[in-house]
Amino acid sequence: MSGRCVQPPTAELRVPVGEHRTEEFRKVNVLMKVPALRDGSFTLAESVAILMYLTRKFKTPDHWYPSDLQKQARVDEYLSWQQAHIRGKGSKLFVTKMLIPILTGQPLPPEKVEGATEELNVVLSQFEEKFLQDKPFIVGNDISLADLVALVELMQPVAAGYNLFEERPKLAEWRRRVEEAVGKQLFQEAHEEILNAKNVSADKIAPELREHFKQQLLKQVN
Amino acid sequence: MGLELYLDLLSQPCRSIYIFARTNNIPFEFKHVELFKDSVLGKKPAAASGAERPRTGPCLSCAEDPTSGCSTPGPSNSEGDGKISLLKKVPVLKDGDFTLAECTAILLYLSRKYNTPDHWYPSDIKKRAQVDEYLSWHHANIRANAPKTMWIKVLIPLFTGQPQPSEKLQEVMEGLSTSLKQFEERFLQDKAFIIGSEISLADLVAIVELMQPVGVGCDIFEDRPRLMEWRRRVEEAVGKELFFQAHEMILNIKELSNIQIDPQLKEHLAPVLMKMLK
Repeated sequence: MSGRCVQPPTAELRVPVGEHRTEEFRKVNVLMKVPALRDGSFTLAESVAILMYLTRKFKTPDHWYPSDLQKQARVDEYLSWQQAHIRGKGSKLFVTKMLIPILTGQPLPPEKVEGATEELNVVLSQFEEKFLQDKPFIVGNDISLADLVALVELMQPVAAGYNLFEERPKLAEWRRRVEEAVGKQLFQEAHEEILNAKNVSADKIAPELREHFKQQLLKQVN
Repeated sequence: MGLELYLDLLSQPCRSIYIFARTNNIPFEFKHVELFKDSVLGKKPAAASGAERPRTGPCLSCAEDPTSGCSTPGPSNSEGDGKISLLKKVPVLKDGDFTLAECTAILLYLSRKYNTPDHWYPSDIKKRAQVDEYLSWHHANIRANAPKTMWIKVLIPLFTGQPQPSEKLQEVMEGLSTSLKQFEERFLQDKAFIIGSEISLADLVAIVELMQPVGVGCDIFEDRPRLMEWRRRVEEAVGKELFFQAHEMILNIKELSNIQIDPQLKEHLAPVLMKMLK
Protein backbone atom coordinates (compact mmCIF):
# COMPACT_ATOMS: atom_id res chain seq x y z
CA MET A 1 0.00 0.00 0.00
CA SER A 2 1.26 3.43 -0.86
CA GLY A 3 2.14 5.66 2.02
CA ARG A 4 3.34 4.51 5.35
CA CYS A 5 1.24 2.51 7.69
CA VAL A 6 0.30 4.78 10.55
CA GLN A 7 0.46 3.14 13.92
CA PRO A 8 -1.11 5.51 16.38
CA PRO A 9 -0.61 4.59 20.02
CA THR A 10 -3.60 2.61 21.13
CA ALA A 11 -4.55 0.54 24.11
CA GLU A 12 -6.24 -2.69 23.34
CA LEU A 13 -9.69 -2.89 24.69
CA ARG A 14 -11.11 -6.30 24.38
CA VAL A 15 -14.79 -6.48 25.05
CA PRO A 16 -15.79 -9.97 26.05
CA VAL A 17 -19.22 -11.02 24.97
CA GLY A 18 -21.85 -9.02 26.77
CA GLU A 19 -19.46 -6.68 28.45
CA HIS A 20 -20.68 -3.80 26.35
CA ARG A 21 -23.80 -3.92 28.40
CA THR A 22 -22.11 -3.15 31.71
CA GLU A 23 -22.14 0.14 33.59
CA GLU A 24 -18.41 0.61 33.04
CA PHE A 25 -18.80 0.48 29.32
CA ARG A 26 -21.83 2.73 29.47
CA LYS A 27 -19.47 5.56 30.30
CA VAL A 28 -17.72 4.98 26.99
CA ASN A 29 -20.85 4.68 24.99
CA VAL A 30 -24.21 5.47 26.54
CA LEU A 31 -25.88 3.55 23.76
CA MET A 32 -23.87 0.51 24.85
CA LYS A 33 -22.62 -0.57 21.50
CA VAL A 34 -19.33 -1.29 19.84
CA PRO A 35 -17.35 0.10 18.19
CA ALA A 36 -16.71 3.01 20.50
CA LEU A 37 -13.82 5.43 20.68
CA ARG A 38 -12.60 7.33 23.68
CA ASP A 39 -10.01 10.04 23.22
CA GLY A 40 -9.46 11.70 26.58
CA SER A 41 -12.91 12.80 27.62
CA PHE A 42 -14.24 12.66 24.10
CA THR A 43 -16.31 9.61 23.26
CA LEU A 44 -17.63 8.64 19.89
CA ALA A 45 -19.75 5.85 18.47
CA GLU A 46 -20.73 4.81 14.93
CA SER A 47 -18.03 3.20 12.83
CA VAL A 48 -18.17 5.70 9.97
CA ALA A 49 -17.82 8.63 12.37
CA ILE A 50 -14.91 6.92 14.10
CA LEU A 51 -13.14 6.15 10.83
CA MET A 52 -13.48 9.73 9.64
CA TYR A 53 -12.31 11.10 12.99
CA LEU A 54 -9.22 8.89 12.82
CA THR A 55 -8.38 9.95 9.26
CA ARG A 56 -8.59 13.58 10.28
CA LYS A 57 -6.85 13.37 13.63
CA PHE A 58 -3.98 11.21 12.43
CA LYS A 59 -3.80 12.78 8.96
CA THR A 60 -3.86 9.46 7.15
CA PRO A 61 -2.88 9.30 3.46
CA ASP A 62 -5.29 11.20 1.22
CA HIS A 63 -6.64 8.19 -0.66
CA TRP A 64 -8.53 6.96 2.41
CA TYR A 65 -10.86 9.95 2.30
CA PRO A 66 -9.76 12.07 -0.67
CA SER A 67 -9.68 15.82 -0.45
CA ASP A 68 -10.86 16.01 -4.04
CA LEU A 69 -14.49 17.14 -3.82
CA GLN A 70 -15.98 14.62 -6.19
CA LYS A 71 -13.96 11.64 -4.98
CA GLN A 72 -14.84 12.48 -1.41
CA ALA A 73 -18.49 12.66 -2.40
CA ARG A 74 -18.26 9.17 -3.91
CA VAL A 75 -16.90 7.81 -0.64
CA ASP A 76 -19.71 9.55 1.27
CA GLU A 77 -22.23 8.18 -1.19
CA TYR A 78 -21.05 4.62 -0.73
CA LEU A 79 -20.81 4.87 3.05
CA SER A 80 -24.38 6.12 3.15
CA TRP A 81 -25.85 3.60 0.73
CA GLN A 82 -24.14 0.63 2.31
CA GLN A 83 -25.91 0.94 5.63
CA ALA A 84 -29.25 -0.32 4.45
CA HIS A 85 -27.81 -2.42 1.66
CA ILE A 86 -24.50 -4.27 1.98
CA ARG A 87 -24.38 -3.86 5.75
CA GLY A 88 -28.07 -4.40 6.23
CA LYS A 89 -28.35 -7.53 4.12
CA GLY A 90 -24.95 -8.96 5.03
CA SER A 91 -25.74 -8.71 8.72
CA LYS A 92 -29.18 -10.11 8.23
CA LEU A 93 -27.78 -13.21 6.59
CA PHE A 94 -25.12 -13.58 9.26
CA VAL A 95 -27.71 -13.31 12.00
CA THR A 96 -30.16 -15.61 10.27
CA LYS A 97 -27.70 -18.27 9.26
CA MET A 98 -25.31 -18.26 12.16
CA LEU A 99 -26.00 -16.09 15.15
CA ILE A 100 -29.58 -17.01 15.93
CA PRO A 101 -28.89 -20.74 15.64
CA ILE A 102 -26.00 -20.33 18.06
CA LEU A 103 -28.18 -18.51 20.56
CA THR A 104 -31.23 -20.70 20.27
CA GLY A 105 -29.55 -23.99 19.61
CA GLN A 106 -31.48 -24.58 16.42
CA PRO A 107 -31.48 -23.36 12.84
CA LEU A 108 -34.19 -21.12 11.44
CA PRO A 109 -36.47 -22.47 8.68
CA PRO A 110 -34.59 -22.79 5.37
CA GLU A 111 -36.89 -20.27 3.67
CA LYS A 112 -35.65 -17.62 6.07
CA VAL A 113 -32.05 -18.30 5.14
CA GLU A 114 -32.89 -18.47 1.44
CA GLY A 115 -34.80 -15.21 1.65
CA ALA A 116 -31.93 -13.45 3.39
CA THR A 117 -29.49 -14.86 0.84
CA GLU A 118 -31.58 -13.59 -2.04
CA GLU A 119 -31.78 -10.14 -0.55
CA LEU A 120 -28.01 -10.08 -0.20
CA ASN A 121 -27.59 -11.24 -3.79
CA VAL A 122 -29.64 -8.32 -5.01
CA VAL A 123 -27.47 -5.77 -3.24
CA LEU A 124 -24.30 -7.55 -4.33
CA SER A 125 -25.35 -7.03 -7.94
CA GLN A 126 -26.04 -3.39 -7.25
CA PHE A 127 -22.63 -3.09 -5.59
CA GLU A 128 -20.87 -4.52 -8.62
CA GLU A 129 -22.87 -2.61 -11.20
CA LYS A 130 -23.11 0.76 -9.58
CA PHE A 131 -20.22 1.13 -7.20
CA LEU A 132 -17.35 -1.09 -8.23
CA GLN A 133 -18.03 -1.30 -11.98
CA ASP A 134 -14.73 -1.91 -13.80
CA LYS A 135 -12.55 0.06 -11.44
CA PRO A 136 -9.89 -1.44 -9.22
CA PHE A 137 -11.47 0.17 -6.16
CA ILE A 138 -14.77 1.89 -5.46
CA VAL A 139 -13.33 5.36 -5.89
CA GLY A 140 -10.86 4.98 -8.70
CA ASN A 141 -7.36 3.62 -8.45
CA ASP A 142 -6.75 3.61 -4.74
CA ILE A 143 -8.28 2.01 -1.73
CA SER A 144 -10.51 4.27 0.38
CA LEU A 145 -12.73 3.97 3.43
CA ALA A 146 -15.48 2.80 1.10
CA ASP A 147 -13.58 -0.39 0.14
CA LEU A 148 -12.56 -1.09 3.71
CA VAL A 149 -16.08 -0.78 5.05
CA ALA A 150 -17.47 -2.78 2.14
CA LEU A 151 -15.13 -5.71 2.56
CA VAL A 152 -15.42 -6.08 6.31
CA GLU A 153 -19.20 -6.15 5.95
CA LEU A 154 -19.00 -8.82 3.26
CA MET A 155 -16.87 -10.99 5.51
CA GLN A 156 -19.85 -11.40 7.87
CA PRO A 157 -21.93 -13.55 5.52
CA VAL A 158 -18.72 -15.32 4.46
CA ALA A 159 -18.11 -16.20 8.10
CA ALA A 160 -21.64 -17.58 8.25
CA GLY A 161 -20.78 -19.95 5.45
CA TYR A 162 -22.04 -18.10 2.40
CA ASN A 163 -19.11 -17.95 0.06
CA LEU A 164 -20.32 -15.03 -1.97
CA PHE A 165 -16.94 -14.52 -3.64
CA GLU A 166 -16.94 -17.96 -5.20
CA GLU A 167 -19.00 -17.14 -8.25
CA ARG A 168 -18.21 -13.49 -8.49
CA PRO A 169 -14.72 -13.20 -9.98
CA LYS A 170 -14.82 -9.42 -10.19
CA LEU A 171 -15.61 -9.19 -6.49
CA ALA A 172 -12.99 -11.79 -5.64
CA GLU A 173 -10.37 -9.80 -7.52
CA TRP A 174 -11.39 -6.64 -5.71
CA ARG A 175 -11.19 -8.45 -2.41
CA ARG A 176 -7.68 -9.58 -3.21
CA ARG A 177 -6.67 -6.01 -4.01
CA VAL A 178 -8.17 -4.67 -0.79
CA GLU A 179 -6.44 -7.33 1.30
CA GLU A 180 -3.12 -6.48 -0.31
CA ALA A 181 -3.64 -2.77 0.17
CA VAL A 182 -4.21 -3.12 3.91
CA GLY A 183 -1.75 -5.97 4.34
CA LYS A 184 -2.75 -9.63 4.18
CA GLN A 185 -1.55 -10.47 7.65
CA LEU A 186 -3.41 -7.61 9.26
CA PHE A 187 -6.52 -8.53 7.34
CA GLN A 188 -6.35 -12.15 8.50
CA GLU A 189 -5.69 -11.11 12.07
CA ALA A 190 -8.67 -8.79 12.05
CA HIS A 191 -10.91 -11.55 10.72
CA GLU A 192 -9.67 -14.45 12.78
CA GLU A 193 -12.43 -14.32 15.34
CA ILE A 194 -15.31 -13.90 12.96
CA LEU A 195 -14.03 -16.66 10.71
CA ASN A 196 -14.10 -18.94 13.73
CA ALA A 197 -17.49 -17.74 14.87
CA LYS A 198 -19.10 -21.10 14.36
CA ASN A 199 -17.02 -22.31 17.30
CA VAL A 200 -18.71 -19.92 19.67
CA SER A 201 -21.11 -21.70 21.90
CA ALA A 202 -24.07 -20.17 23.64
CA ASP A 203 -22.84 -21.04 27.10
CA LYS A 204 -20.08 -18.45 26.81
CA ILE A 205 -22.80 -15.86 27.15
CA ALA A 206 -24.60 -15.12 30.42
CA PRO A 207 -28.15 -16.55 30.28
CA GLU A 208 -29.98 -13.26 30.78
CA LEU A 209 -27.92 -11.64 28.02
CA ARG A 210 -28.50 -14.59 25.78
CA GLU A 211 -32.23 -14.08 26.06
CA HIS A 212 -31.91 -10.37 25.40
CA PHE A 213 -29.79 -10.90 22.28
CA LYS A 214 -32.09 -13.61 21.06
CA GLN A 215 -35.13 -11.35 21.25
CA GLN A 216 -33.38 -8.46 19.55
CA LEU A 217 -32.05 -10.60 16.74
CA LEU A 218 -35.31 -12.40 16.11
CA LYS A 219 -36.98 -9.05 15.78
CA GLN A 220 -34.32 -7.93 13.36
CA VAL A 221 -34.87 -10.80 10.97
CA ASN A 222 -38.65 -10.81 11.05
CA MET B 1 -26.12 24.06 -17.15
CA GLY B 2 -25.61 24.75 -13.48
CA LEU B 3 -26.43 22.81 -10.37
CA GLU B 4 -29.59 20.72 -10.58
CA LEU B 5 -31.34 19.16 -7.64
CA TYR B 6 -33.95 16.50 -8.31
CA LEU B 7 -36.30 16.57 -5.36
CA ASP B 8 -39.74 15.65 -4.17
CA LEU B 9 -40.64 17.50 -1.01
CA LEU B 10 -42.73 14.59 0.19
CA SER B 11 -39.43 12.89 0.88
CA GLN B 12 -37.54 13.72 4.02
CA PRO B 13 -34.01 13.62 2.57
CA CYS B 14 -35.18 15.92 -0.21
CA ARG B 15 -36.46 18.44 2.30
CA SER B 16 -33.17 18.62 4.17
CA ILE B 17 -31.33 19.28 0.91
CA TYR B 18 -33.88 21.82 -0.25
CA ILE B 19 -33.79 23.73 3.02
CA PHE B 20 -30.00 23.59 3.17
CA ALA B 21 -29.53 24.90 -0.35
CA ARG B 22 -32.13 27.64 0.03
CA THR B 23 -31.05 28.83 3.46
CA ASN B 24 -27.49 29.14 2.18
CA ASN B 25 -28.55 30.86 -1.03
CA ILE B 26 -26.98 28.18 -3.16
CA PRO B 27 -28.15 28.72 -6.74
CA PHE B 28 -29.75 25.63 -8.18
CA GLU B 29 -32.38 24.51 -10.60
CA PHE B 30 -35.16 22.78 -8.74
CA LYS B 31 -36.11 19.71 -10.74
CA HIS B 32 -39.40 18.78 -9.24
CA VAL B 33 -40.00 15.07 -9.18
CA GLU B 34 -43.40 14.01 -8.00
CA LEU B 35 -42.73 10.52 -6.76
CA PHE B 36 -46.25 9.35 -6.69
CA LYS B 37 -47.71 11.11 -9.65
CA ASP B 38 -44.90 10.48 -12.08
CA SER B 39 -43.87 6.99 -11.05
CA VAL B 40 -47.34 5.87 -10.45
CA LEU B 41 -48.73 7.11 -13.72
CA GLY B 42 -45.52 6.17 -15.53
CA LYS B 43 -45.72 9.26 -17.61
CA LYS B 44 -42.71 11.36 -16.86
CA PRO B 45 -39.23 10.22 -17.76
CA ALA B 46 -36.62 9.33 -15.18
CA ALA B 47 -35.35 12.34 -13.31
CA ALA B 48 -31.66 12.03 -13.83
CA SER B 49 -31.06 10.04 -16.96
CA GLY B 50 -33.52 11.45 -19.42
CA ALA B 51 -34.54 7.97 -20.58
CA GLU B 52 -38.11 7.89 -21.74
CA ARG B 53 -38.99 4.23 -21.39
CA PRO B 54 -41.88 3.43 -19.09
CA ARG B 55 -40.99 1.49 -16.03
CA THR B 56 -41.94 -2.03 -15.22
CA GLY B 57 -41.70 -3.71 -11.89
CA PRO B 58 -40.89 -2.25 -8.55
CA CYS B 59 -37.40 -2.16 -7.23
CA LEU B 60 -37.41 -4.42 -4.22
CA SER B 61 -34.59 -2.68 -2.51
CA CYS B 62 -36.67 0.47 -2.61
CA ALA B 63 -39.58 -1.32 -1.07
CA GLU B 64 -37.44 -1.40 2.03
CA ASP B 65 -37.52 2.31 2.38
CA PRO B 66 -39.37 3.85 -0.49
CA THR B 67 -39.20 7.36 0.78
CA SER B 68 -35.48 7.33 0.36
CA GLY B 69 -36.01 7.00 -3.36
CA CYS B 70 -33.94 4.41 -5.14
CA SER B 71 -31.01 6.45 -6.28
CA THR B 72 -28.78 5.21 -8.99
CA PRO B 73 -25.40 6.38 -7.81
CA GLY B 74 -22.11 6.20 -9.60
CA PRO B 75 -20.64 8.15 -12.46
CA SER B 76 -22.92 6.75 -15.09
CA ASN B 77 -26.49 7.15 -14.20
CA SER B 78 -27.78 4.84 -16.88
CA GLU B 79 -30.78 2.65 -16.34
CA GLY B 80 -29.66 -0.25 -18.44
CA ASP B 81 -30.32 -2.73 -15.72
CA GLY B 82 -34.02 -2.63 -16.56
CA LYS B 83 -35.00 -2.88 -12.95
CA ILE B 84 -36.06 0.60 -12.20
CA SER B 85 -37.07 2.35 -9.12
CA LEU B 86 -40.76 2.49 -8.72
CA LEU B 87 -40.18 5.70 -6.96
CA LYS B 88 -37.75 7.36 -9.32
CA LYS B 89 -34.58 8.73 -7.97
CA VAL B 90 -34.58 11.34 -5.33
CA PRO B 91 -32.70 13.10 -4.06
CA VAL B 92 -30.21 13.40 -6.87
CA LEU B 93 -27.70 16.13 -7.51
CA LYS B 94 -26.35 16.92 -10.95
CA ASP B 95 -23.46 19.28 -11.25
CA GLY B 96 -22.37 19.37 -14.87
CA ASP B 97 -21.63 15.76 -15.68
CA PHE B 98 -21.21 14.79 -12.04
CA THR B 99 -24.20 12.96 -10.62
CA LEU B 100 -24.56 12.18 -6.94
CA ALA B 101 -27.11 10.34 -4.83
CA GLU B 102 -27.58 9.80 -1.08
CA CYS B 103 -28.72 12.66 1.09
CA THR B 104 -25.66 12.81 3.36
CA ALA B 105 -23.28 12.80 0.42
CA ILE B 106 -25.24 15.58 -1.27
CA LEU B 107 -25.39 17.75 1.85
CA LEU B 108 -21.66 17.36 2.46
CA TYR B 109 -20.84 18.09 -1.18
CA LEU B 110 -22.92 21.27 -1.10
CA SER B 111 -21.40 22.42 2.19
CA ARG B 112 -17.90 21.97 0.81
CA LYS B 113 -18.41 23.31 -2.70
CA TYR B 114 -20.30 26.39 -1.60
CA ASN B 115 -18.28 27.00 1.56
CA THR B 116 -21.31 27.26 3.78
CA PRO B 117 -20.91 28.68 7.30
CA ASP B 118 -18.75 26.50 9.51
CA HIS B 119 -21.46 25.50 11.99
CA TRP B 120 -23.22 23.32 9.43
CA TYR B 121 -20.30 20.88 9.34
CA PRO B 122 -17.69 22.26 11.73
CA SER B 123 -14.02 22.19 10.91
CA ASP B 124 -13.31 21.30 14.54
CA ILE B 125 -12.77 17.56 14.24
CA LYS B 126 -14.61 16.64 17.41
CA LYS B 127 -17.68 18.65 16.53
CA ARG B 128 -17.53 17.31 13.01
CA ALA B 129 -17.35 13.79 14.41
CA GLN B 130 -20.49 14.47 16.42
CA VAL B 131 -22.33 15.44 13.26
CA ASP B 132 -21.04 12.29 11.51
CA GLU B 133 -22.06 10.22 14.48
CA TYR B 134 -25.58 11.58 14.44
CA LEU B 135 -25.98 11.23 10.68
CA SER B 136 -24.92 7.60 10.92
CA TRP B 137 -27.11 6.73 13.92
CA HIS B 138 -30.06 8.50 12.36
CA HIS B 139 -30.28 6.00 9.48
CA ALA B 140 -30.78 2.94 11.60
CA ASN B 141 -32.89 4.58 14.24
CA ILE B 142 -35.10 7.59 13.59
CA ARG B 143 -35.20 6.78 9.90
CA ALA B 144 -36.09 3.17 10.57
CA ASN B 145 -39.49 4.07 11.97
CA ALA B 146 -40.51 7.64 11.21
CA PRO B 147 -41.16 7.04 7.49
CA LYS B 148 -43.36 4.04 8.22
CA THR B 149 -45.98 6.27 9.83
CA MET B 150 -46.72 7.76 6.44
CA TRP B 151 -46.77 4.38 4.76
CA ILE B 152 -49.15 2.93 7.29
CA LYS B 153 -51.50 5.86 7.58
CA VAL B 154 -51.59 7.20 4.06
CA LEU B 155 -49.69 5.44 1.33
CA ILE B 156 -50.51 1.80 1.85
CA PRO B 157 -54.22 2.48 2.27
CA LEU B 158 -53.95 4.54 -0.92
CA PHE B 159 -52.46 1.65 -2.86
CA THR B 160 -54.34 -1.22 -1.34
CA GLY B 161 -57.62 0.49 -0.63
CA GLN B 162 -57.61 -0.73 2.95
CA PRO B 163 -56.66 0.89 6.21
CA GLN B 164 -53.95 -0.72 8.25
CA PRO B 165 -54.54 -2.45 11.59
CA SER B 166 -53.75 -0.23 14.53
CA GLU B 167 -51.22 -2.70 15.97
CA LYS B 168 -48.93 -1.93 13.08
CA LEU B 169 -48.94 1.76 13.83
CA GLN B 170 -48.60 1.04 17.53
CA GLU B 171 -45.48 -1.01 16.92
CA VAL B 172 -43.92 1.68 14.77
CA MET B 173 -44.74 4.42 17.28
CA GLU B 174 -43.14 2.37 20.04
CA GLY B 175 -39.99 1.95 18.02
CA LEU B 176 -39.99 5.64 17.26
CA SER B 177 -40.50 6.44 20.94
CA THR B 178 -37.41 4.45 21.86
CA SER B 179 -35.38 6.27 19.24
CA LEU B 180 -36.67 9.63 20.40
CA LYS B 181 -35.65 8.83 23.95
CA GLN B 182 -32.13 8.00 22.77
CA PHE B 183 -32.14 11.12 20.63
CA GLU B 184 -32.87 13.27 23.67
CA GLU B 185 -30.51 11.46 26.02
CA ARG B 186 -27.52 10.90 23.83
CA PHE B 187 -27.64 13.55 21.14
CA LEU B 188 -29.62 16.58 22.18
CA GLN B 189 -29.31 16.45 25.99
CA ASP B 190 -29.53 19.96 27.42
CA LYS B 191 -27.99 21.69 24.47
CA ALA B 192 -29.68 24.10 22.12
CA PHE B 193 -28.73 21.98 19.12
CA ILE B 194 -27.19 18.56 18.66
CA ILE B 195 -23.59 19.74 18.67
CA GLY B 196 -23.98 22.74 20.92
CA SER B 197 -25.09 26.29 20.48
CA GLU B 198 -25.46 26.29 16.72
CA ILE B 199 -27.49 24.38 14.17
CA SER B 200 -25.69 21.81 12.03
CA LEU B 201 -26.55 19.25 9.36
CA ALA B 202 -27.44 16.85 12.16
CA ASP B 203 -30.38 18.96 13.33
CA LEU B 204 -31.59 19.51 9.79
CA VAL B 205 -31.58 15.83 8.92
CA ALA B 206 -33.33 15.00 12.19
CA ILE B 207 -36.08 17.56 11.95
CA VAL B 208 -37.23 16.75 8.43
CA GLU B 209 -37.58 13.11 9.39
CA LEU B 210 -39.62 13.94 12.47
CA MET B 211 -42.00 16.07 10.46
CA GLN B 212 -43.11 12.98 8.57
CA PRO B 213 -45.19 11.53 11.41
CA VAL B 214 -46.46 15.04 12.19
CA GLY B 215 -47.75 15.33 8.64
CA VAL B 216 -49.85 12.21 8.99
CA GLY B 217 -51.28 13.10 12.35
CA CYS B 218 -48.82 11.49 14.78
CA ASP B 219 -47.54 14.55 16.55
CA ILE B 220 -44.45 13.29 18.28
CA PHE B 221 -43.66 16.75 19.60
CA GLU B 222 -46.85 16.99 21.60
CA ASP B 223 -45.67 15.38 24.81
CA ARG B 224 -42.03 16.20 24.45
CA PRO B 225 -41.39 19.81 25.49
CA ARG B 226 -37.62 19.60 25.10
CA LEU B 227 -38.00 18.36 21.53
CA MET B 228 -40.62 20.99 20.84
CA GLU B 229 -38.25 23.71 21.98
CA TRP B 230 -35.47 22.31 19.82
CA ARG B 231 -37.81 22.21 16.85
CA ARG B 232 -38.70 25.85 17.38
CA ARG B 233 -35.00 26.77 17.43
CA VAL B 234 -34.31 24.81 14.26
CA GLU B 235 -37.20 26.49 12.45
CA GLU B 236 -35.90 29.88 13.44
CA ALA B 237 -32.36 29.04 12.47
CA VAL B 238 -33.30 28.04 8.91
CA GLY B 239 -36.06 30.61 8.60
CA LYS B 240 -39.68 29.90 9.48
CA GLU B 241 -41.03 30.74 6.07
CA LEU B 242 -38.61 28.44 4.30
CA PHE B 243 -39.28 25.69 6.81
CA PHE B 244 -43.01 25.83 6.24
CA GLN B 245 -42.69 26.10 2.53
CA ALA B 246 -40.55 22.97 2.47
CA HIS B 247 -43.12 21.16 4.60
CA GLU B 248 -46.23 22.34 2.89
CA MET B 249 -46.73 19.13 0.95
CA ILE B 250 -46.23 16.76 3.82
CA LEU B 251 -48.45 18.84 6.07
CA ASN B 252 -51.19 18.58 3.46
CA ILE B 253 -50.62 14.93 2.76
CA LYS B 254 -54.31 14.12 2.82
CA GLU B 255 -54.54 15.60 -0.68
CA LEU B 256 -52.49 12.68 -1.91
CA SER B 257 -55.54 10.48 -1.41
CA ASN B 258 -57.12 12.20 -4.37
CA ILE B 259 -54.49 10.99 -6.78
CA GLN B 260 -55.60 8.53 -9.43
CA ILE B 261 -53.49 5.46 -9.43
CA ASP B 262 -53.29 3.08 -12.32
CA PRO B 263 -55.20 -0.03 -11.16
CA GLN B 264 -52.65 -2.37 -12.69
CA LEU B 265 -49.90 -0.74 -10.73
CA LYS B 266 -52.01 -0.89 -7.60
CA GLU B 267 -52.42 -4.60 -8.04
CA HIS B 268 -48.75 -5.09 -8.69
CA LEU B 269 -47.66 -3.07 -5.73
CA ALA B 270 -50.05 -4.13 -3.02
CA PRO B 271 -48.22 -7.36 -2.08
CA VAL B 272 -44.84 -5.63 -2.17
CA LEU B 273 -46.07 -2.93 0.15
CA MET B 274 -47.61 -5.41 2.53
CA LYS B 275 -44.34 -7.30 2.68
CA MET B 276 -42.60 -4.09 3.55
CA LEU B 277 -44.48 -3.79 6.73
CA LYS B 278 -43.70 -7.25 8.05
